[in-house]
Amino acid sequence: MSIKTRKIIRLTVTYFIIAIMAVVIIYPLVWVFGASLTPGTSISSFSIIPENPTWDHYKKLFNLEESLYLRWYWNTIKVSLISMVASVISISLMAYSFSRYRFIGRKHGLITFLILQMIPNFAALIAIFVLANVTGLINTHLGLILVYIGGAIPMNTWLMKGYLDSIPKELDESARMDGAGHFRIFWQIIMPLARPMIAVVAVFTFITPFTDFILAKVLLRQPEQYTLAVGLYELVSRQYGSEFTLFAAGSIMIAVPIAILFLSLQKYFVSGLTAGGIKG
Amino acid sequence: MDKVYQSNHRKIATALSIIPGLGQFYNRQYLKGSIFLVLAVSFLIAFWDFIDIGIWGIVTLGEKLPRDNSIFLMVYGIISIFLLILAAIIMIINLRDAYKNGERRDLGQPLNSVRQQYRNLIDYGFPYLMLSPGFLLLLFVVILPIVFMLLLAFTNYDLYHNWPAQLTDWVGLENFKKLFTMSVWRDTFLSVFSWTIIWTLVATTLQISLGVFLAVLVNQKDLKGKGIIRTLLILPWAVPAFVTILIFSGMFNESFGAINTVILDALSISPIPWMTDPLWTRIALILIQTWLGFPFIFVMVTGVLQAIPNELYEAAKIDGASAFQQFKEITLPLILYSIAPILITQYTFNFNNFNVIFLFNGGGPAVEGQNAGGTDILISWIYNLTMTSQQYGMAAAITMIMSAVVIAIAIWQFRRTRSYQEEDLM
Repeated sequence: MSIKTRKIIRLTVTYFIIAIMAVVIIYPLVWVFGASLTPGTSISSFSIIPENPTWDHYKKLFNLEESLYLRWYWNTIKVSLISMVASVISISLMAYSFSRYRFIGRKHGLITFLILQMIPNFAALIAIFVLANVTGLINTHLGLILVYIGGAIPMNTWLMKGYLDSIPKELDESARMDGAGHFRIFWQIIMPLARPMIAVVAVFTFITPFTDFILAKVLLRQPEQYTLAVGLYELVSRQYGSEFTLFAAGSIMIAVPIAILFLSLQKYFVSGLTAGGIKG
Repeated sequence: MDKVYQSNHRKIATALSIIPGLGQFYNRQYLKGSIFLVLAVSFLIAFWDFIDIGIWGIVTLGEKLPRDNSIFLMVYGIISIFLLILAAIIMIINLRDAYKNGERRDLGQPLNSVRQQYRNLIDYGFPYLMLSPGFLLLLFVVILPIVFMLLLAFTNYDLYHNWPAQLTDWVGLENFKKLFTMSVWRDTFLSVFSWTIIWTLVATTLQISLGVFLAVLVNQKDLKGKGIIRTLLILPWAVPAFVTILIFSGMFNESFGAINTVILDALSISPIPWMTDPLWTRIALILIQTWLGFPFIFVMVTGVLQAIPNELYEAAKIDGASAFQQFKEITLPLILYSIAPILITQYTFNFNNFNVIFLFNGGGPAVEGQNAGGTDILISWIYNLTMTSQQYGMAAAITMIMSAVVIAIAIWQFRRTRSYQEEDLM
């Protein structure tokens, strides 16, 4: 067998495998899109493009009187944005202190963070639930946001500290010579240089609340307060099958924008992730 | 180097500082002394009663109904302990300060002026100032729940031992004993635990293998359209997992799902009970997790592959290595070496992968003779114990065992990674 035929066989097999993967990946998404266009509430007989496609389910979701969907969307974006901003601020401050100052308790602090980042923050699920009841933070977005920020701090502080460590300390020192104060060095010199890592942390601390199900499910009890994950789950689980087409429309409207956002940003945070992860 | 002390100010100052501030007064640092004194007095005035009740509460968990709510008392108790630790830290700073300045006087050195003290405070205090907001939050939303949960595991807190009907009590190791001796609990625990392990190993290994395989496949030099192929393969990662899992739970639905009605129908295979037979549910879950998890590995491995210098392969070719040998001797070891830490986090992630289990089928189907569903892993079982049957004490005990496993693996991993060995940490 010549080298050329072997090459052709190898590439054909490769493309064949990729084609199978493409079907496996795209089929569920196409299927749910078809379901979202199916008239009625159930999809007893199904074909990719239904016979009488309809946008009714989308219209229903956009109708504030008929569905809470937009409300959930707004709740999710609000919770995720506030968590993101607050997390990024506190994480930058903490990472800067750990990276640039040598103070008593620094080592213990770093080790505490290392251990805390290993424990997923819903491990203490029972405690969070009971404590939220005790403090009256149950069923509020504030409680949820606080838990998200707290959960984001340990891991992301490590990530950011690692990045700040790679910014030369001579920069701070020369600024200090020129009379810049602590906060000014942080704000005008370090933060602009750390922008790529701030972007990574921002994406993480936005995506985590956006896609979290378990904490939101435990802490939020009223339909008006739900985030998308909880709302969609309730939509399918309440009366299984009977509202499936509505759920399908709802999931398309989450999947498409998030996927576009993710794919357009992937270059930035994938490189940050690869650098952080592979370095260990 | 021996220090020559001319007097004993350091000892006197330290002894006086048992009452915060007095040692500083003795060292003639009046401003600093008054700050310590005011701090100490206001701490006592503000928190004395709270700490008194808190410590009594956490020891007894309440004595009289309906006045005492055991759970509230426990929370007060933990916060009191935090406050006491804070007080101890301030006390140590105060004693050290008195000793240091006393020592300077003993050695005949001048003390810092108020102005210098202020500068020092700003310089040394700045990192603490920056850390405090995040740290306080961490203390109350992460550390407090963890401590609370640890304590809960030693109580009988459940639906019945709950305010206002009854007090909750300390029961020692009763919950753990129950877990390992009572047959319902033991059988459930063993079956859930073993499924958790199988699930973690099989699902994670599959997603890693598929990710590595596809990354190597796509990385072939003469392959056209890499950009599009990579975007396609990342797609499952780009769609939020909770959406995809719910979609899959529709697709696997036995009455209208596409798997039974379209795909198996076309292959003329009779419908499979994906949702009602534990074995098939497990298989479905593993397939779904593989679908969800491989893109992340794919991306990471692609990053590694692009960094492997081409000379390695050329040298191997000259030595007559086959494509498979090249993969086995060069590619695979390099991949595994570079992404080992990530691989281990993948295993711990799936060990706690609540979403896929719960959203697909609620941990079901139900199984006779145990109080967990056929596909419940530890975390989803704990969720049900907490939210449905309100067996908080038992749930906390199981959480402790589960966390111990995760932490043990994680510590083992981090001891080997560079960030831990970094001298900088110490």
